Amino acid sequence: MIKTDVLIIGAGPVGIFVVQQLGLIGLKAEVVDNLDKIGGQCIELYPDKPIYDIPALPECTGESLTNNLLEQIKPFKTNFHLNERVQEISKEQNGWKVATSGNKIFSAPNIIIAAGVGSFEPRKFSVKEAEKFENNGVFYSIKDKTYFKNKKICIFGGGDSALDWAIELAKFAEVTLVHRRNEFRGAEHSATIARKLEKEGKLKIKTPYQIVSIEGEDKIKGITIKTDEGKIEKIDTDCVLGFFGLIMKLGPITEWGLNLDKKTIPVNTETFQTNKEGIFAIGDICTYPGKLKLILSGFHEGALAARACFKLARPNEKYRFEFTTTSKTLHGRLGVKKDD
Amino acid sequence: MPKITYIEHNGKSHTVEVAKELTVMEGAVQNNIPGIDADCGGSCACATCHVYVDEKWFNKLPKIESAEEDMLDVAFEPNKFSRLGCQITITEELDGLVVKMPSKQA
Repeated sequence: MIKTDVLIIGAGPVGIFVVQQLGLIGLKAEVVDNLDKIGGQCIELYPDKPIYDIPALPECTGESLTNNLLEQIKPFKTNFHLNERVQEISKEQNGWKVATSGNKIFSAPNIIIAAGVGSFEPRKFSVKEAEKFENNGVFYSIKDKTYFKNKKICIFGGGDSALDWAIELAKFAEVTLVHRRNEFRGAEHSATIARKLEKEGKLKIKTPYQIVSIEGEDKIKGITIKTDEGKIEKIDTDCVLGFFGLIMKLGPITEWGLNLDKKTIPVNTETFQTNKEGIFAIGDICTYPGKLKLILSGFHEGALAARACFKLARPNEKYRFEFTTTSKTLHGRLGVKKDD
Repeated sequence: MPKITYIEHNGKSHTVEVAKELTVMEGAVQNNIPGIDADCGGSCACATCHVYVDEKWFNKLPKIESAEEDMLDVAFEPNKFSRLGCQITITEELDGLVVKMPSKQA
């Protein structure tokens, strides 16, 4: 069991910045995120897209913003628990116990939910047979590529994951790459390699096709694909891989007894507490009259939520408001040395 | 104001007035029309405001840009009339536009 002052759910910009706000007032935090990397939507959806409305940063990208925030929380040496999704919570005497998908258990008087629009999960095939065969022939990621050796594989998608895996698996398996249009959106270089392999007979490419059904009883025998014009084709295959990017889902948070308004959590704007004591929501996931889904709003929300966490984490201490420009205590926490 | 008709996958139709300069996605969200999620808030980054544009209207829309076409790759069951609602800006010419929503967005 990991004990901490605050458990933060979500490692996006708002989740990272609140670590700093907590650190300044002397609170320790642990951060959990379902993605395999830090940065949330900034990294997953738009790492290269410019952002122009971060105060004092005329222009940055999702990636540079994330890196700068990580630099800013360095003094607080915080643990990030990636590839972990929060599952269940239970009330304890002095706070909350939280269990993750990877069976980590956290105990904390405060939880800050900074989960954006939810956790990222792979988009799945829409055909109904896909669920039946999931992890038994239908996959959305590859953990051990040797599993696919000498198998017949159909890969769906037009991005880098689809192209890269088609090229890689074609070395030792019979691969068909299927995509809904003739152009691939992945790196041009990869698309060129794929076309070259196709010419050499080492890779089959089917465009513009989409999946219609998956056939088989206990295991997959084949699939049916068709074009928008209705041209149908059947392919014998052992495995079907889908690389359609990620989708955001609120997931288990919806079962925690929190008030919900569509996909957001209403909060009190003084503390950013939800309807449950010790559970706060900040950033895109929270809602209140006048809420703006801007990163800068999330920073403000985090600053206030952090102060509210102090009361529950240090019930016997009095919180003092201090400025980083002058406070020796804050300089100590930040690790800055000042001659004066 | 231009009138836009949104048809849910179950056939339920909603005709609403949407101010010019707003997008098809915003028109749905502001009028609480179900079937459009718009997870990313309109930055062409998530494909959860996917609509099928009525055949008669499809060619009257400004041409699709490659960023939108890329996102449609990950939309739920796209077809040749697929567009992202956040990338269609309402103009006077689009008065009467009809769009259908897929059975789900993801």
